[in-house]
Amino acid sequence: MSTTRRIFLRNSALAMFGVGTTPLWLQRALYAGAPAPRKKILVAIFQRGAADGLNIVVPHAEKPYYELRPTIAVPRPTRAAEHREDSAIDLDGFFGLHPSLAPLKPIWEDGRLAIVHAAGSPDPTRSHFDAQDFMESGTPGRKATADGWMNRALPPESGDASCLRAVSIGPVLPRILRGVNPAVAVQSLGDFQVKDAQAAGALETLYADSSDPLLHATAHETFEAVSLLQAVQKRPYQPANGANYPKGRLGDSLRQIAQLIKATVGVELAFADVGGWDHHVNEVGPRASVGQLAARLTEFGQALAAFWTDLGDCMQDVALVTMSEFGRTARENGDRGTDHGHANCMFVMGGAIRGGKVYGRWPGLAREQLYEGRDLALTTDFRDVLAALISSHLGNPDVRKIFPGYAPRPSNFV
Amino acid sequence: MAFILLGRMNPGAVAIALTAATICLMPAVPAYSKKKPAAGAPFREPLAEDQKTVQALNRLTFGPRPGDEQHVRAMGLKKWIDLQLHPEWIAENPVLGAKLEPLDSLNMSTARMLESYPSPALVKAMVDGQIPFPDDPEKRRMVQRLVERYERKANSGKTEEPTAARLPDLLTAGQLHTFRTGSAQQKLDVLNSLSPDRREQVLDVIPQPLRLQLLPLATPELRRLLQSNAGPQAMVAQDLVEAKLYRAVYSNRQLQEVLADFWFNHFNVFLDKGVDHYLVTSYERDVIHPHAFSKFEDLLRATAQSPAMLFYLDNWESAGPAAPAGRRQKRGLNENYGRELLELHTMGVDGGYTQKDVTEVARCFTGWTIRQPRRVAEFEFNPRMHDDGEKVVLGVRIPAGGGIQDGYKVLHLLAHHPSTAHYISRQLAVRFVADDPPESLVDRMAATFLHKDGDLRAVMKTMLSSPEFWSLGAFRSKVKSPLEMVASSLRALDADVDFGFGLGNQLTQLGQPLYRKAEPTGYSNSSQEWVNSAGLLARMNYSLALVNNKIPGVKVSADQSAAVTLGSPEFQRK
Repeated sequence: MSTTRRIFLRNSALAMFGVGTTPLWLQRALYAGAPAPRKKILVAIFQRGAADGLNIVVPHAEKPYYELRPTIAVPRPTRAAEHREDSAIDLDGFFGLHPSLAPLKPIWEDGRLAIVHAAGSPDPTRSHFDAQDFMESGTPGRKATADGWMNRALPPESGDASCLRAVSIGPVLPRILRGVNPAVAVQSLGDFQVKDAQAAGALETLYADSSDPLLHATAHETFEAVSLLQAVQKRPYQPANGANYPKGRLGDSLRQIAQLIKATVGVELAFADVGGWDHHVNEVGPRASVGQLAARLTEFGQALAAFWTDLGDCMQDVALVTMSEFGRTARENGDRGTDHGHANCMFVMGGAIRGGKVYGRWPGLAREQLYEGRDLALTTDFRDVLAALISSHLGNPDVRKIFPGYAPRPSNFV
Repeated sequence: MAFILLGRMNPGAVAIALTAATICLMPAVPAYSKKKPAAGAPFREPLAEDQKTVQALNRLTFGPRPGDEQHVRAMGLKKWIDLQLHPEWIAENPVLGAKLEPLDSLNMSTARMLESYPSPALVKAMVDGQIPFPDDPEKRRMVQRLVERYERKANSGKTEEPTAARLPDLLTAGQLHTFRTGSAQQKLDVLNSLSPDRREQVLDVIPQPLRLQLLPLATPELRRLLQSNAGPQAMVAQDLVEAKLYRAVYSNRQLQEVLADFWFNHFNVFLDKGVDHYLVTSYERDVIHPHAFSKFEDLLRATAQSPAMLFYLDNWESAGPAAPAGRRQKRGLNENYGRELLELHTMGVDGGYTQKDVTEVARCFTGWTIRQPRRVAEFEFNPRMHDDGEKVVLGVRIPAGGGIQDGYKVLHLLAHHPSTAHYISRQLAVRFVADDPPESLVDRMAATFLHKDGDLRAVMKTMLSSPEFWSLGAFRSKVKSPLEMVASSLRALDADVDFGFGLGNQLTQLGQPLYRKAEPTGYSNSSQEWVNSAGLLARMNYSLALVNNKIPGVKVSADQSAAVTLGSPEFQRK
């Protein structure tokens, strides 16, 4: 954090709380002479609706890919200028990015973007609801799990911790962040307050005195976060390095997450989701770079790239991972779309990520290689990817507790 | 705790309102008492008589109005419930009829709605001569204005809508001056003095704040013109949202409305998926609403044949790969409806079916499609799309050549399956009794379901005569959904809702945009869904906006402290 920003934060926060009432952890954060050891941050993005991994990271050297998808495959990479925008962007001679993900290519070339293909949940369900639930609880096949893996992944902290350690951008707190550790859902940083100071005080007292444990606890987290975010929000946010977030939910969410990270308010886990990936009909337009999937990917690629640019050096401490509940059928269906499938691809981006490589064993798309004769088979459990980030990046070694009943296999991309 | 709700009312009214506050906020023995009794015990502890009335009003209505508690007590709880179970015996509130009357899209056939409130694509089709202009002169003029706008846009090459910058071309200097500095009434007078054509041109371009300022004073007719600026198709969605709110707040047939909300959510469809924009009106009116107390199979069949569901879950395009239409148009099987039918509509995900069953069910429903979805939009069975081979569903053989009967057989099989009886009963118990209802109650409801041929009124009766429903375990154990929170606050304050779109926007802020849950799961019936910091803050801010009369179209007279009451933890429970 720059000196001016630190002073500004200190002044505004103190003006708001008065010295005596400033929470201890905030005092520590604001007065720390030498910078405290910086917290590592994990950002998780959920693509709800089952994104079509085979058209996102395209196995362009696989012949069966083109046989299975005669009308919706992304064409092989080409040097011909007139077709370049509608062809896969080659990554390693075998895989290529969907053309609408061009903004991610420079990060790949920097070696800070890794891809894990044929990854996902081993549970065979093809229900959006169940599969999302399993990916958020971190316990595929076990519905009784009450909390989410991100909540469990929060490293232990003694005493007076920031109320914004775990944040979700959106109107409801998602399953992935529910649990015993405090987590806050924020729809928009600017509107995160009670719009009448007097009523706010009265309500805060009512909830503090309430014997309703659920609402009491939620309100406690809420009012703490309100105070802190008001300190952050004194000035309109200007993304750095010319970063340009796309319009739409994901761009808005990542911009606000970047703002929170740069304000050093103690965020360690952040979550955002983006829907619209369930393309049973007309997934691809007349060319690969137009149509429903291309539109979703344009926003996705631009949002991730803007986040990367905006955070700049801060990305040393940040890792971002993407997931989607399952992949889609290897074969296109009768409506130029795809149905619910199995394995998918995950993106991992960060300053400490060994990127520029597609990880995971590729199972192939020949008929006998497909899962249940129809879907990309799974070779990497999503928990392996997450466990690597939680242990090596967040420094929380207790991954067996975070993914009960599972022994994650080591990954080497962090 | 003292809750002084209303300031500017006569003493009698204040007394009534205070009673309302007591009803809503009764600090009775909470279900979440700190001492945790043995599992199941709270569901065996009966409620006191007063609590029973509160429980009935909290769960079977959208919240008590001032005087409701006395009304129920005077009538007798048993009789009141019996009436709610037979809505046709209850005279409807004339206020509701008056509120619904101007919302003309609600009573239109889909075909007529498409013509009267055309989307930009339809306007273009009219311009291109593919479909005729509407007959009704007023609608015709509206379409012509849309065509002009469309052409203006096409000519200028810009995508922006015409703006207030055009006002000086349309108004005299004096009129313009009034528009800038006059009172709302003076501005309205200017509008009313214009010729119909000029008035509509002006309405096309006036800025949003002015629109909001004029709405409360406008006649219903002018109000629709003011609101339809975003495009006539937006009115279809707005009528739906307004009607749902009006019914929740004003209907005397409260249980029917609560159940309509439950069943719409159970058989969720998404307004913003393509032509579903025009199909949801009929879906709610003709499919969901009339079946709140019907046999489950009738409701299920109505949803299966509704254009809204056929479109939403893609079944209308699903064809047997070997069927003539499948081969010719290179269409194939689409499993989306088959899967959600089993998982969400009937058996539940643990109901005991396989992926193979999903595929077989999908094959049975090939050919269940929509005749001209963008013109007529009616259910049709197209034998040329149907996979006419043999199928086996849940071990039951469905012989080849059954045609449309295949689908009927599947629906009958599912509607009478024990898994369905259990799943539906549990969903109802979660909504009406507790987030984690006792299994013994669910089993008894399921037994009624099976025994009474899926009679939903009988299932409700079993639930409403159970000790579990009237227990401390159930009492005030649920957190209101945003819709319930908004409707109950309007009812508690006896609010006058003049138009509903402001409230619709509030519901979006609160995390429950009406008719716009994209996933087929609908919103969760469980309290957890709604307890989080963003939602809690939004509820507090909604309460402030309501009490301060800051929500367009809504008037209340209440003291400032009412905002705190509505935002309090007690008011979030039901």
